[in-house]
Amino acid sequence: MIELSYLRYEVLRTWRNRRFLLFSLIFPLILFLAVAGPHRHVIEDGITFPLYYMTGMIAWGTMVAVISSGARIAAERSVGWTRQLRITPLPTWSYFTAKIICGYMMALLSMAVLIAAGSSIGVRLDASQWFVMIALLLVGLIPFAVMGVMFGHLLKLDSLGPAIGGVTSLMALLGGSYGQLITGGVLFTVVKWLPSYWLVQAGKTAFVGGGWPLEAWVVIAVWTLALSILSVRVYQRDTKRI
Amino acid sequence: MTDAALAGSLHDSIVATGLTKSYGPVRAVRGIDLRLARGSTVALLGPNGAGKTTTIDMLIGLARPDAGTVSLFGRTPSQAVKAGTIGAMTQSGQLIEYLSVRELVSMMAAIYPAPLDVDEALRISGAIGFADRQTRKLSGGETQRVRFAIALVADAEVLVLDEPTAALDVEGRRDFWGAMRSFAARGKTVIFATHYLEEADAYADRVILMSHGRIVADGAPTAIKATVGGRIVRATLPDVDLAALQVMRGVTSVDRKGDAVTLNCSDSDATLRDLLAAFPQIRDIEVRGAGLEEAFLELTIDPDEAEL
Repeated sequence: MIELSYLRYEVLRTWRNRRFLLFSLIFPLILFLAVAGPHRHVIEDGITFPLYYMTGMIAWGTMVAVISSGARIAAERSVGWTRQLRITPLPTWSYFTAKIICGYMMALLSMAVLIAAGSSIGVRLDASQWFVMIALLLVGLIPFAVMGVMFGHLLKLDSLGPAIGGVTSLMALLGGSYGQLITGGVLFTVVKWLPSYWLVQAGKTAFVGGGWPLEAWVVIAVWTLALSILSVRVYQRDTKRI
Repeated sequence: MTDAALAGSLHDSIVATGLTKSYGPVRAVRGIDLRLARGSTVALLGPNGAGKTTTIDMLIGLARPDAGTVSLFGRTPSQAVKAGTIGAMTQSGQLIEYLSVRELVSMMAAIYPAPLDVDEALRISGAIGFADRQTRKLSGGETQRVRFAIALVADAEVLVLDEPTAALDVEGRRDFWGAMRSFAARGKTVIFATHYLEEADAYADRVILMSHGRIVADGAPTAIKATVGGRIVRATLPDVDLAALQVMRGVTSVDRKGDAVTLNCSDSDATLRDLLAAFPQIRDIEVRGAGLEEAFLELTIDPDEAEL
């Protein structure tokens, strides 16, 4: 599907991009330690606050990681690199796949860092809980990975930062990443159609138990499909101009 | 088709027929036919706006022609690109960050089915000296060498270069063309666009001259000169009426600087006979073949403008 040696260099580039590391790893970590640290002994509804907050930060950090990775296409577009790639045998899909794999890699790293931080202040889960949570998170990130690729072709470099910052913050806020949502009401009905809500819920399976309801799978599938169609449109518009 | 051209068609690398392309109201390319022999080095020469880049973009599949077809070894441009048949260097473009030069060229080598050895590509392009430096710390000239290394590492049958020396100084240019020659010597087809006449003259075995989206001359550099008559007569001839010179046999244009007159001639023998007869006082007569520079000026005058 993709040349491993090509992918290796993409991974290397991702790792060397300090700004990227800062936003997808360090920020969620700092926020987690700053907020959950002082409240490490607080227990609400039988759930420790650090566990609750850790899952929220994981949803946010991983979301930022996969969106930012695809959005880096904008930077490569702005220096004419994607045009250079179009005259090589590298299929467009492989280029996107490499970006998405790098995004997932950063997402896993972000998870690992937050889980380690959580463990250090007393978060304890058994293996099956970790497994279900991580598996659902990886599925829930799919629409965001596609969104990143779309942003990469839609946005100019200078509007990228604010756009990603805005979208991820709004998605995280409405999805319940930063705190408990008020259930019920019109807003909540809308929120349940957001992929970020289910991303946060994926994290919450760690303490709520069970998995996703059917509704979650439908929402993630619909967003993925819609964003994929949009991405293809945006990509075609972007390359036709040249 | 001549016998030679017919024989040539058996081992053509690029064949283009009837290419046209407009961008909005701008008719960038107005009907181009090309047939490049395998192993030849061809210059696409012309001033800015002649349609060189658009032509090249159509050859390598970056632009879709409004009409006409392109075939590279019997494939469409996009098939040829997928097969790794084309190595190309576009006119502008920078490099991606967070890699050293060697890493970047290795990354690109990984994309091709049968790439050149990375260090070999770096050596030929002259980028070996800074192979371990980060791409964002390169000068314009160094960046250009790396871009050349990327085009080389494909080890493709056809190398397409669009104004490759634009960012290079004189020394850099000489190195570049030396490198290009050693690559072409491996039996590769090279087509490059340039508006440097001396480059086309010195490094191509065939020159295709473009103007206003059309091919206006095509042949060996010497043949291009012959096409326009190719002789310049200079002499010292004070106080002469330029109009009297203009009407002489074989004269295409005249110019004066102080006491010196310059005559561009299509038939310099006839011009000289007339000159000596009409102006016995003429001295310091000098006859030389017109360089590509003069051929260029002559051929690239827009027919529409010329009628004004």
